[in-house]
Amino acid sequence: MSTVTKADPAIPAGSANALNARRPLGDRGFQILALAAGLLVLVILVLITYTTAQQSVTWFSGGFKDIFQVAFDGNTHFGAMGVLFGTVISSVIGVIIGVPVSIGIALLLTQVVSVRWARPFVYVIDLLAVVPSVVWGLWGIIVLVPWLQKIYLDIASGVKGIPVLDALFGGSNVGGASFFTAGLILAIMITPIITSLSREVIATVPDIDKEGAYALGATRWEMIRGAVWPHSQGGVVGAILIGFGRAMGETIAVALVIGDSVEVSSHLFYSGHSIAAIIALQFGEATGGEFRSALIGLGLFLFVLTILVNLVARWFVERSARRARGA
Amino acid sequence: MEEQQDQLNVQQDQEVLPKLAVPDTAPRDKFNGTAIFDVQNTSIYYGSFRAVTDVSLTVYENEITAFIGPSGCGKTTVLRSLNRMNDLITGARLEGDIHYRGVNLYGKDVSPIAVRRRIGMVFQKANPFPKSIYDNIAYGPRINGIRNKGRLDEIVERSLKQAALWDEVKDRLNKSGLGLSGGQAQRLCIARTLAVEPDVVLMDEPCSALDPIATGRIEDLMQEIKSRYTIVIVTHNMQQATRVSDRTAFYSVLRDEKSDTRTGVLVEYGSTAQIFGDPQDSRTQAYVTGRMG
Amino acid sequence: MMAAASDSLAQPVDLREPTGWRRSKNQIMTILMWLAFVIVLIPLGFVLVTLVAKGAAAISWQFLTNSTIPPNVLPLGTGGMGAAVVGTLEVTGFASLIAIPLGVLGAVYLNEYGGNRILAQLISFMSNVMTGVPSIVMGLFIYIIWVTHFGYSGLAGSFALACLMLPIVIRSSYEMLRLVPDSLRQGSYALGASKARVTLTIVLPAALSGIVSGALLAVARAAGETAPVLFTMLTVEQTNSNLFSGPNTTLPFQIFMNAQSAYVGANARAWGAALTLVAITFILMIAARIITSLFTRNTR
Repeated sequence: MSTVTKADPAIPAGSANALNARRPLGDRGFQILALAAGLLVLVILVLITYTTAQQSVTWFSGGFKDIFQVAFDGNTHFGAMGVLFGTVISSVIGVIIGVPVSIGIALLLTQVVSVRWARPFVYVIDLLAVVPSVVWGLWGIIVLVPWLQKIYLDIASGVKGIPVLDALFGGSNVGGASFFTAGLILAIMITPIITSLSREVIATVPDIDKEGAYALGATRWEMIRGAVWPHSQGGVVGAILIGFGRAMGETIAVALVIGDSVEVSSHLFYSGHSIAAIIALQFGEATGGEFRSALIGLGLFLFVLTILVNLVARWFVERSARRARGA
Repeated sequence: MEEQQDQLNVQQDQEVLPKLAVPDTAPRDKFNGTAIFDVQNTSIYYGSFRAVTDVSLTVYENEITAFIGPSGCGKTTVLRSLNRMNDLITGARLEGDIHYRGVNLYGKDVSPIAVRRRIGMVFQKANPFPKSIYDNIAYGPRINGIRNKGRLDEIVERSLKQAALWDEVKDRLNKSGLGLSGGQAQRLCIARTLAVEPDVVLMDEPCSALDPIATGRIEDLMQEIKSRYTIVIVTHNMQQATRVSDRTAFYSVLRDEKSDTRTGVLVEYGSTAQIFGDPQDSRTQAYVTGRMG
Repeated sequence: MMAAASDSLAQPVDLREPTGWRRSKNQIMTILMWLAFVIVLIPLGFVLVTLVAKGAAAISWQFLTNSTIPPNVLPLGTGGMGAAVVGTLEVTGFASLIAIPLGVLGAVYLNEYGGNRILAQLISFMSNVMTGVPSIVMGLFIYIIWVTHFGYSGLAGSFALACLMLPIVIRSSYEMLRLVPDSLRQGSYALGASKARVTLTIVLPAALSGIVSGALLAVARAAGETAPVLFTMLTVEQTNSNLFSGPNTTLPFQIFMNAQSAYVGANARAWGAALTLVAITFILMIAARIITSLFTRNTR
């Protein structure tokens, strides 16, 4: 029956320490390694803050008046306001254009299209996400900018004289490379992430809630408004903020299409600059101590800004996820 | 010839797969045999919740001991404390003593890993690894240092034969272990446990997810291997307890009206014949005659 | 009471669709949702078509392998992007070598060891936040701590890209590890395995396909990044196959530079390089998809 008999456990085959605890060296070592890898994230973030702050002391010590001016010419003026304006304005435009599209697609994929057919749609969105930033910039500057230039000129002459519209879309220096074009490209680039995060959030809405709305005789849109939206509100806001953060940090595509002049203006079709773009375009030429320090300082500023936006965004997303789990 | 072979194998096992090596302080009882587990006044806590209170019992060698009782009475908790699987739950704590062959299982110098090598466990739902059948069985020996292909082949065949699964899978050892039926998968898990040649096999409701025929196969298996192993089984099925076990421990839930807390207690422990034929405690009687639980 | 009953009997039962405004609103909204998708297709299609049309015109074997990058003013035909191709492969490859093991280990810490501890929660949260840090900041960071001391090199670029990839790999690996059922771990523990062994022999193999596909996507992202490369590698005109010393260049960098040039030749080279880059990224993305679908079918 059996080919092997068990050894008699009473036979002592050594000392009585066969049950001894010596946690294998490899086990402890592996745990330490894993912990170290995890800590690396925190270490890098702290180091980034520290080193950039250290390098930008020259800029900061120039006094707040210096930092809070608009002009930035690499020579005597190192103000942050102009580039900050460009970053914010182009990102806002990106969000205004991109969010309705993203949410529309997210709703489409979760409520309208059946699960089986949703996959090819998701592939398309993934394709959108995988195109590198520099390729969007290349297409932007070579194809989009000249094409938009004509359109902008037409619009500008069209709204000439009309109070608000002229301030926004008019002006004499209208160019293809402008805040608006940057905003447009940003909208395209942040759509995938807002869509995918919104989809995740919307998918957590319990089916019973949706069925409850339908059971009252609601149309699909009414169901979305009544059952889906209240649940996913917070999470979608978080997704939008994350998209906004991405837009602010987007460097290369913006650098290529925003024009190359630092200014604050209400005219959206004017050239501008953004924090990330100016660092990218001018760091190579920055030889002077304060110039370089200013650019690094702007980098630190952008870093802190995007971290803050992401913190708030994640808080929204986590809060909504926690609610969904609790419910 | 075969005896010589066995001796040889015994030698090899002692060298390569370090067998139990504790001084023989295991209490022996002329009538009962060697005490494998000696549980004394043991209470187990999960955080501040006391899952089991003051359990004392002795598990004897080469017997099948059954833990029965209603849901929530702590029988699985006690089972898992016998191979220190409760250590994996944060906040789990044990008061009292559990001795294994005379050695304090929760002693300062005791390694849970070494404990689990000697005291194996089969779970309620079969959990084959997403590897081939061969690799499932070979996993235990491999992590204990056996690399020789010949030896591994031998161990795999032996374990599958002991688990009464060999004939069914011998031609597809390299197929995934996930492709087996429920009963086969559970026998695979038993074979996997036997492959490291433990001293004790703990079983946590091993048949609850299986149909009657698969259940019968596993019960037959238990009877066959009990001469070589000590088995402790948690079961919801009283008929199963009467069919397979030599001793039965009946647990129940104790409710403290004042503080509205519940905890598990060991109500009665004795030979299976006595527990089911002549229960001393009224709660035991109520349970085994079907009036409660 | 009686009046109500006779009232309901008297009224006809109306089971038609909700009429008027409610119905139109629903239809309009559905149309708008479809429109949103179409709107997104337009620039995507536009870019891909232009990319293929203009890029294909520039690509040739010489373009991909010639080791001399010509000055912007020269038209297509002389030189090629070989230097950038080699640079991209080397720099991205080395960055992956650093970031992927570290990222997987970090995810192992979070899922297997960290539990509910504050430190683990903090690391998890900050990893998520770190994925949103602009890549140009990574470039500045590496410039300050490495380039100022050791000079420009492909290695510096790798470090910057690795910083970028790390949180991405941690996040995706973490999600994959979470999916491994706990019953597998229990089975392994019950056989007397230590935690490290359980993780290395059972958990990681079970999550492997997901981890690999997530890693490939991170590599694709890194390959396409320009900003981290801007201040860490300078540029070259000849292939520099030594990753560890001397400036280097990558495809995204070349595209960026050539895009800003007014010369036709430079623009054409930019399109060629762009098509090459997108092709590489595309292949990585498809490989990731294939691995995911292949292995989820295998384990069942």
